Amino acid sequence: MKRKSMKPAAGKKGAAPRARGTLVMVATRKGAWLYHGDAARKRWRADGPHFLGHVISHVVLDPRDGRTLLAAAKTGHLGPTVFRSTDLGRNWKEATQPPAFAKAADGEKGRSVDHTFWLTPAHANEPGVWYAGTSPQGLFRSGDGGVTWKPFSSINDDPQYREWMGTVQDGTPDGPKMHSIIVDPRDPKHLYLAMSGGGVHESADGGRTWGTLIKGMDVVEGFGFDASKPTFHDPHCLRMCPSNPDRIYQQNHCGIYRLDRPSDTWVRIGKSMPKQVGDIGFPLVVHPRDADTAWVFPMDGTQVWPRTSPDGKPAVYATRNAGKTWQRLDAGLPAKEAWWTVKRQAMTGDAADPVGLYFGTSSGELWMSRDEGRQWACIARHLPEIYSVEAAGLI
Amino acid sequence: MDERFRAFRFTIHESRFTVRMKVLIPSALRSYTERGETEASGATLAAVLSDLDRNYPGIRFRMIDEQDRIRRHIRVFVNGEQVRDLAQPLAATDEVIIVQALSGG
Repeated sequence: MKRKSMKPAAGKKGAAPRARGTLVMVATRKGAWLYHGDAARKRWRADGPHFLGHVISHVVLDPRDGRTLLAAAKTGHLGPTVFRSTDLGRNWKEATQPPAFAKAADGEKGRSVDHTFWLTPAHANEPGVWYAGTSPQGLFRSGDGGVTWKPFSSINDDPQYREWMGTVQDGTPDGPKMHSIIVDPRDPKHLYLAMSGGGVHESADGGRTWGTLIKGMDVVEGFGFDASKPTFHDPHCLRMCPSNPDRIYQQNHCGIYRLDRPSDTWVRIGKSMPKQVGDIGFPLVVHPRDADTAWVFPMDGTQVWPRTSPDGKPAVYATRNAGKTWQRLDAGLPAKEAWWTVKRQAMTGDAADPVGLYFGTSSGELWMSRDEGRQWACIARHLPEIYSVEAAGLI
Repeated sequence: MDERFRAFRFTIHESRFTVRMKVLIPSALRSYTERGETEASGATLAAVLSDLDRNYPGIRFRMIDEQDRIRRHIRVFVNGEQVRDLAQPLAATDEVIIVQALSGG
C-alpha cells in the first residue's frame, strides 16, 4: 500500500510538556504496579500490587484524559478480561464484553482469545476509542473506553491473514501476538500493526482493508524462507516518531529497521551496531521530539538464541542519527554477570526534557534514566517477571 | 478431590421450594458479584450461567469462551460427575460444582 507523505504533526524539536509527576505502569506475570515519580523523577512511590496473581500483559494510560487506565489481564484459571480505572488505579472495573472472536458457524472450529496482549488508545479526536491486539492474533476495537469490545472481521476472519497469523504452534512461546497497533496522529483512519509472526500491516481506511509492509525485512537465514511471505516475518516492536509520523522504527527478530514513508521499504539500520553485540532484541523506544533518536536493548541472538544481554553485560544502545551510528549506554547498569531479558513492551520513554527512559527485566527489576540513557538507576527489585512498562507525565 | 481444585470452586444448589438457585462465588470471581453468595435460575447449566451473566456482565466469559467451550482450567461436575456440555439439564436435586483448576507456578 503506497501512501503520500503527510505534514509532520509537530516540529522536530518541539517543547517538552511540563508534568507535575510521572506515572510508570508496570505489568507483570503476577500483577501490576504503578510507580508515581515526583516532578524531578528522583523519588518514586510504589502503588501495588494491583490484581495480584493475574497475568497482566499491558497497562496503559489514556493520554486524552490523563486519568483512565486500561489493564489487559487473565489468570491461569479464568478467561481473559480488561480492567478499567477512571481514577488512576484507585478503583477498577472489569469490561462487560472483553475482546472475543466471533462465534463460529455450526460445524466450524472457532478461535477463542487466550489473552489480550496489547492496548492502544486511538486518535486524540476519538475519545473513548481503543484498539486491542490479542493472542491468538486478533484486532479489536472499543468505542466506550474499554467496557465493550468488537472484533475486526476484516483481519480476524480473513483467510489470508489467518494463514499468516499461524497457530498456537507458531510464534512466541505463549502464542502468536498482535501488537504495536499505531494510530497516525494526523489521521485516525491510518493504522499500522505488527503480527508476531506475520509481518507489518497498514490500513488507510480505519481497518476496513489492509496491506502488507514487509519489503526490506530479512527472514531467518539458512532455511530457504521466502521473504516475500508475511508468515516468515517476526516484527517484535514498531514505534512511530511523534515528531515525524512518516518515520517508523522497528526491532525485528532479524534486526533493527527504519521506514521513511512514503517509501514502503525498510532499511536495516542495525547493521551499524557493533558486531559482537548484534541487532537482535525485543523493545525499541523513539524520542518524542527528535525523529533521529531511538534506543534499543540488544539481546544475544547467537547459536541457540539465549536472548539475554550479550556476554552478561546489559546495555542500552542509542542512535542520534537515524541509525547511522550507535552509542553504548550502560553507566549505572551491572558491569557483568547480569543475564537480563527485556521484553518488547518492557521499555519505554516519557516526554520530558531530557527524556526519561525506563525498562523492566524478566527477572523483575525496574530501571530508569533521567538523562536519555547516560546514567541508569534501579527503581524496584524483586518484582515478578515484567511484561510491560509504560510511562506518562501527569498533568 | 485434589487440593488445588478444592481451593477455588463454586456450587449451585437448587432450593426445594423455588426455581432460584443459590450460587456460591469463589474469591476469584467476587470482583463481579462483590459477595460470596448470589442467586441464579435456569433449567440447564447454560441457562444458569446466562442468568448469572445478566446480573454480573462479564462473569460467564471468564469461565466459558466465545465458542461456548468450557475454558481449559475450568471443570464442571454435576452430582460428582464431570460434565462437558453446557446443555446439561439440571434437576431440582442436582448439585453443580464449577471448579477452577490452578496450574503452573
